[in-house]
Amino acid sequence: MINIPRWKTILILGVCVLGMFFIIPQFLSRDTLQKLPNWFPNKQVVLGLDLQGGAHLLLEVDFETALHEQMAAIVDNVKVELRKTRIGYKGFVAQKRQAVFTLRNSQDIDKVKSILRTIDQGLEVTALTDGKFSLTLTSDAIEKRKKASLAQSIEIVRRRVDETGTAEPFIQQQGEDRILIQLPGLQDPERIKNLLGQTAKLQFRFLDTSVSIEDAREGRLPPDTEVLEGYEDNQHSPVYYVAKKQVIISGENLIDAQPNFDPQTNQPIVGFKFDALGARRFGDATKENVGKLFAIILDNKVISAPRINEPITGGSGQISGSFTTQEAQDLALLMRAGALPAPLKVIEERTVGPGLGADSIVSGEHATIISIVMVAVFMLVAYSFFGIIANIALLVNLILLFAAMAVTQATLTLPGIAGIALTIGMAVDANVLINERIKEELRLGRKLIAAIDAGYSRAMTTIIDSNLTTLIGAALLYHFGSGPIRGFAVTLTLGVIVSMFTAISLTRVIVVWWLKTFKPTRLPI
Amino acid sequence: MGIQFFPPNSNINFMGHKNKIFALMLLITMGCFACLFMKGLTYGIDFKGGLLIEIRTSAPANISAMRTSLKNLVHGEISLQEFGSPNDVLIRVERQPGGDEAQLQALEKIKSHLDANVEYRRVETVGPKVSESLITNGIYAVLGSLAAMLVYIWFRFEWQFGVCAVITLAHDSLILLGVFSLFALEFNETALIAILLTITYSINDTVVIYDRIRENLRKFKKMPLSELINRSINETLSRTVLTSGTTLLSLLALYLFGGPVIAAFSLPILVGIFAGTISSIFISAPLLSIVGLNRGKINEE
Repeated sequence: MINIPRWKTILILGVCVLGMFFIIPQFLSRDTLQKLPNWFPNKQVVLGLDLQGGAHLLLEVDFETALHEQMAAIVDNVKVELRKTRIGYKGFVAQKRQAVFTLRNSQDIDKVKSILRTIDQGLEVTALTDGKFSLTLTSDAIEKRKKASLAQSIEIVRRRVDETGTAEPFIQQQGEDRILIQLPGLQDPERIKNLLGQTAKLQFRFLDTSVSIEDAREGRLPPDTEVLEGYEDNQHSPVYYVAKKQVIISGENLIDAQPNFDPQTNQPIVGFKFDALGARRFGDATKENVGKLFAIILDNKVISAPRINEPITGGSGQISGSFTTQEAQDLALLMRAGALPAPLKVIEERTVGPGLGADSIVSGEHATIISIVMVAVFMLVAYSFFGIIANIALLVNLILLFAAMAVTQATLTLPGIAGIALTIGMAVDANVLINERIKEELRLGRKLIAAIDAGYSRAMTTIIDSNLTTLIGAALLYHFGSGPIRGFAVTLTLGVIVSMFTAISLTRVIVVWWLKTFKPTRLPI
Repeated sequence: MGIQFFPPNSNINFMGHKNKIFALMLLITMGCFACLFMKGLTYGIDFKGGLLIEIRTSAPANISAMRTSLKNLVHGEISLQEFGSPNDVLIRVERQPGGDEAQLQALEKIKSHLDANVEYRRVETVGPKVSESLITNGIYAVLGSLAAMLVYIWFRFEWQFGVCAVITLAHDSLILLGVFSLFALEFNETALIAILLTITYSINDTVVIYDRIRENLRKFKKMPLSELINRSINETLSRTVLTSGTTLLSLLALYLFGGPVIAAFSLPILVGIFAGTISSIFISAPLLSIVGLNRGKINEE
């Protein structure tokens, strides 16, 4: 105990100094921060919506497009079934909310109806004039679909916003077709708007190289193919592809996507992984088509068109386009979060004030200061000299905690403040455990140094066991939870780690310094 | 070394009153359960949704004055937020009990308490802020972390310790839910956090006592289990009380000086931490004597 290696002392004090360095931006204005050199830390703690306000976005769900797409999917399904049962039909196309078709033999309509029932209960057929039929969804079915797409949209929006690392957003359904989002902090919501503006429908499809692009663009297309735009080439002219309409595999079969770098070219890429079904389907398709080209398509735009050099059976692969690092990150994020069931449109954008009134924030600040002072006084009364040491640790603890929150850009909200209050309690707890143990050892008749030594080492198992249990709990909360639960887990983890450091390592350095300098033989009262 | 808040050799007979304490705790827990079952929880705007009103005032709005005048006017929470400019205010009111009629009445009440020349730019119904997936994820998160803590304690101690710790935590969460139900406190996002805080705090307290029990099991191989547990609780008592004291003190300051919003938020946490402290002394350790320990196994280690 008495001998702490010099490097350890330097390391412990170094961490404290570093923390103080990273806390400096907290006391500077934004203007001053911008004038500082680049190497200087410039991150401040992000205050949550309740404490500071932020950006407000109102999004509208475009149900019409979604319904049109769903109708088209239903029509494709019905066509397959009709062909299977050899029922002849003509001109079967989806137009917005309905699809119109003609039967070669009008007597078949009852058979068609029973097929429709197996596909979707909400389908309705009405006879039009001159042998035409119209296929529509009942209003009940449309309502149900609208509700489902709204709920799913909110879930995907939440996932995307969470994935950007924006902690504590406010996401709420408004009216029947709108989603209200508030993001803490005053940063530009441009990236979020960009991310939410994309449906992110991901498809893997084969390319058709049997026709030239020029022919295809003039309309001479093989059946079941279409012309898709790609990203611009090096000369900034647009690139086009002829892609088969049939989808080999879609984004639903993805389980993970991560931004990465190509080890050979050092270009940003996105690595992805399919689930078992997707891996099998992708493996089969690539096995049969070695040497051909396929396209990776996001929202009907080709992002990459690689050649299949060998069957890809492992279920994972990578997309290399000419991405910037940010673009690769965003693409991976969109792939992970999944596709929106309907496009979203930003219809309103504003900045909003804090959810808590300025009065509540001021009294909250006062209360926090009072609570810290009360704890400090309590410790001083309870342990006098060792109380001072514990209080120094407490102060450093707060500094380090704020520095860690600034560096990780964790959002501080009202619940976060409670987390900090609890952390103060826990930080003090470690010192209480050590000091109580020292008292106990002294009562058993040990000499001062031996008592302090025993106090620290005996209390250590307890501190490690209780804090590790908490950390394990926090890790699971972070893994399974979302939104505020995750925020809580982050604050708690930072708090426990920092408090273990200050309460054990820092106080020990101070105590050893005191023992060596003043050579006391008994505890000062 | 400072003032001794607690006599160093306290010898309170916790184990002697074990059965009475358990009976009392069981009664309270059952009461909480019954209350939850009969009264349920009072869900706030976070869970229920409600009305959203956007107004524009002729002069910059005094939001805190508005909050005071609108408070208690309608059922449940009301939140005000500056919206874009100092003249625009966004008001959120939780869904009123009753049908559409009740929502309209609440709107009229609010209108009558605001200045006559306030412009109503929009009145809309909004859905809950807390999605169902947040709640189901939250439940999985809590169950997952309970299971992980059980496994860790099992690994570091014995399975009996893990089981008793989890029973104690379940008791604490139930008490807190019961308090929310009984006093019809708003069950919102922060209530969820209060429960998480309680669990975290309680497990910390419990592990400290278990640690001492483990140490004493190695030290006093022949001491009867009941006496040994009692000794361990007494030995850690001053620490338990001091730590809870400081934590409760800092929360009490938040409650007394934090203003109405922060007070409403810190109250359930105060209750939770108090319950957590009590249960770690009176339940988690005495429970071990009922479940029983395999002392031979601990001595081998």
